[in-house]
Amino acid sequence: MIRVASEPFDPAGELKAYERSCETAGAVVSFLGKVRSGSKGGAVTALELEHYPGVTEKTMAKIVTEATARWAIDEPLIIHRVGRLAPGEAIVLVAVGAAHRRDAFEAADYLMDYLKTEAMFWKKEMREDGEAWIEPRESDYNDARRWDGAKDTN
Amino acid sequence: MARLLFFGRLGDIAGGRTRDMTVTGDVATLSILIEAIAAEDEALGAALKDKSVRYAVNEALVAGDTAVTDCDEIAFLPPVSGG
Repeated sequence: MIRVASEPFDPAGELKAYERSCETAGAVVSFLGKVRSGSKGGAVTALELEHYPGVTEKTMAKIVTEATARWAIDEPLIIHRVGRLAPGEAIVLVAVGAAHRRDAFEAADYLMDYLKTEAMFWKKEMREDGEAWIEPRESDYNDARRWDGAKDTN
Repeated sequence: MARLLFFGRLGDIAGGRTRDMTVTGDVATLSILIEAIAAEDEALGAALKDKSVRYAVNEALVAGDTAVTDCDEIAFLPPVSGG
């Protein structure tokens, strides 16, 4: 289930509903990304997230298709915010149910790596000293590349 | 009129997220279209030509130059940053 949300969502409630939907799963791994309250440029006052309606959902679906082909997992849950977010608000929730924990852990990690580098979102940090568009760091691309060489292990 | 979409920092540079542009017979490809934009707005032209920028025509990513028409939606996509 993929959802681009323009309003705040309740991560605990969403996770509970997802857990209930994964009837046969022996493991559910989840990740919650939040707006941090400070960065190198000083205190963050807000985060603005943009997407390309229609196309963003397609790029997310592609990442999910790749993950489900690679690991023995249930259909993952991804909720990603757009719009203006305050510090502490949830940006992204990823949850993956699976029969066994290793598949769930790895698939959740994979989904986050590719959401950061492939899914069509753009974010701007509004800080006390001005604003700045955030682009992936080299470490984010390296994180995503970790999966390139591991394709045959599953 | 073709609909141009500028995402992320490109929207700030363009001074708006969308723009309509007449794509006549002379502006037959994406690279010619970008040159036409650059002729009017040097900063935006340079930003659109940056190697990190990807292009989509009618919601499909395109590699290299491609034909464009007056009915197309042309999106300019800087590096993404979800999560």
